[in-house]
Amino acid sequence: MPNMSKNKTPMPEQNPEVRSKNFKEVSLGYTPEQAIEEAGRCLNCKNKPCVGGCPVKVYIPDFIAEVAKGEFENAYKIISKSSSLPAVCGRVCPQENQCEGKCVRGIKGEPVAIGRLERFVADYHNANSTEKPVKPESNGHKVAVVGSGPAGLACAGDLAKKGYEVTVFEALHTAGGVLVYGIPEFRLPKAIVQKEIDGLKEIGVEIKTNIVIGKTLSIDELIDDYGFESVFIGSGAGLPKFMGIHGENLKGVYSANEFLTRMNLMKAYKNNGETPVEHTLRAAVIGGGNVAMDAARCARRLGAQVDIIYRRSMEELPARREEVHHAMEEGINFRTLTNPVEIMGDENGNVTGIKCVMMELGEPDASGRRRPIAVDGSGFSIDVDCVIMALGTSPNPLIKATTPGLETKPWGGIITYDETGHTSKDKVYAGGDAVTGAATVILAMGAGKNAAEAIDEAIMGGNK
Amino acid sequence: MFDIMKKEMLNPTVCLMEIRAPLVAKKAEPGQFIILRVDEEGERIPLTVADYDREKGTITIIFQVVGATTEKLGHLQQGDKLHDFVGPLGRATKTEGLKRVAVVAGGVGCAIAYPVTKKLHAQGCEVHVVAGFRSKDLVILGDEFAKNSSEYILMTDDGSAGEKGLVTEALKRLLDSGDKYDEVIAIGPLVMMKFVSKLTKEYSVKTIVSMNPIMIDGTGMCGGCRLSVGGETKFACVDGPEFDGHLVDFDEAIERNTMYRDFESQARDKACRLFGQEVK
Repeated sequence: MPNMSKNKTPMPEQNPEVRSKNFKEVSLGYTPEQAIEEAGRCLNCKNKPCVGGCPVKVYIPDFIAEVAKGEFENAYKIISKSSSLPAVCGRVCPQENQCEGKCVRGIKGEPVAIGRLERFVADYHNANSTEKPVKPESNGHKVAVVGSGPAGLACAGDLAKKGYEVTVFEALHTAGGVLVYGIPEFRLPKAIVQKEIDGLKEIGVEIKTNIVIGKTLSIDELIDDYGFESVFIGSGAGLPKFMGIHGENLKGVYSANEFLTRMNLMKAYKNNGETPVEHTLRAAVIGGGNVAMDAARCARRLGAQVDIIYRRSMEELPARREEVHHAMEEGINFRTLTNPVEIMGDENGNVTGIKCVMMELGEPDASGRRRPIAVDGSGFSIDVDCVIMALGTSPNPLIKATTPGLETKPWGGIITYDETGHTSKDKVYAGGDAVTGAATVILAMGAGKNAAEAIDEAIMGGNK
Repeated sequence: MFDIMKKEMLNPTVCLMEIRAPLVAKKAEPGQFIILRVDEEGERIPLTVADYDREKGTITIIFQVVGATTEKLGHLQQGDKLHDFVGPLGRATKTEGLKRVAVVAGGVGCAIAYPVTKKLHAQGCEVHVVAGFRSKDLVILGDEFAKNSSEYILMTDDGSAGEKGLVTEALKRLLDSGDKYDEVIAIGPLVMMKFVSKLTKEYSVKTIVSMNPIMIDGTGMCGGCRLSVGGETKFACVDGPEFDGHLVDFDEAIERNTMYRDFESQARDKACRLFGQEVK
């Protein structure tokens, strides 16, 4: 008999008062009992709409059925067939727009907590499994992967499992891409990312940090001089956008990328950290996506009073619902239908405030969302000492500039011709934010997996 | 890890190191920079390439001990290792077609001005060098500049070596004497580059400056190194580090470089105390 409770089994969390002062993980995860209880809410319905909502088609009802039986390792094996990074995706996927958004239990109550169950299964496996990953026998073929974020890691993992000798090139000094420089510790502990990366190394993936493809080495050199038979580009969307308003170059104005990189990758939040960050008391974060939430909550943890400034309404906030909820619980103030027009500074070039106008929503625009329009005479200003711009990012031009024959869209996204991620250049595939512009971890991972399959087909097609 | 193959103190606070980094050495050109971290917890700092040896696979860096990280770096010796070393980043100096160039360099900026001087001289360009320092003790690369230029003018603030005065005074003299330059390349403290650019604007001589803003990744990701150039925002790491000196908003750049001054001076004090204790 299924558990007919209308609500998800609650997941324990750190108290908002306490957690807004530390960087430890906010959500604590299900116990085995809680997981079994929540798994009981799945009706194992015939149509499995949840699977259709998952970008990588995890066999959701199947793994949940194993959880319900207490067979957590079996559940892990089922998830692993489709997902390379379950401990990560269980934490950062926007489930409400994907699997959980399609769940029939959601019609008359809350959907099954698929994300929490996925996270539980992955964490259980990581904590309890004694099985060592085995390095498959080499098939003698070499593939290069550019970027060690979710797209690159997924592609590298799948190829390595098939026996390819995979080398991942990372520009920064630590592997993980946005999982380490962008997403904060309290939402995705770095130990989890490291565990995934260690797992890849055990199956033979070689990770070379401190190499900027497009500068240190070019794509053509990888193919012509280093003998890689194929290259997958998963270099992400790293270039931050600014608004172009007056005062953006004042001291105390950051791109979210810079603020988060200082905090996460460079560990500026630690007292003995060697990389500085503005210890803001009063911060404004511009934008409404997950990155805006991450930046706001980091600033909060430094002790700041934080306003999120977003030009549309609460309904249009693109961030994961759980992040918005957590941010509110932590005391972050949401100023929606508000748009900055100028950042003000003092005679030393330090930020002192931000001028805004109120907005109202007009007709839907190209994105299908109602277009915000400034309300005449609604200007006002807020005193702040720090402004963080979380307006989105675009793909980095370094690879495009040094790779003849690689076509890109006017905004910089690499053009791919089908689901395989094949680009305009022979032997070169791409996926993730480098192709789509800023999107999600799961989509990037899915693109990496698709490309791995296509690369395998292209190299081994005739020899299978 | 990257081996320190050679270390040499050029003056009491300026240090030269040769780092083994064959991939970087293979591609490096004058004007480009690298980013390094001394150790596992270290910050990332950008340093301009001072020289390279493609055969030996080494990059030469020259730095002045100004903060905690350069303090730590300065305590390393030949045979020690750097944790991280990445590059070459940024765009190389454009030297094609230049026939007559004045290179104006100040302080440790001479380290950056040297490779481009050498390259220009090697391609047959007539190079006049004006190098400025506070005093005699701080002069670096004097012989190297003299060897690679057709005129080398040394200036010091106190007159303890070369002529007494500012680099702009010597440059003005060269410009007034009717020397026509295709380009002036100015590398040094922001204030120096500001006043060189101001001077050359009066003479309508194209001027290239090498900017050294605060940076983290060096690949365009953080935007911390942004500058206003001709009213547009540019990232020094990918659009530069060299820009048209007549278009750079130097006052803003000078302000931005002070962003972490308090943190940096405290960190430096801490680092000095740490090394002081170790010496005992």
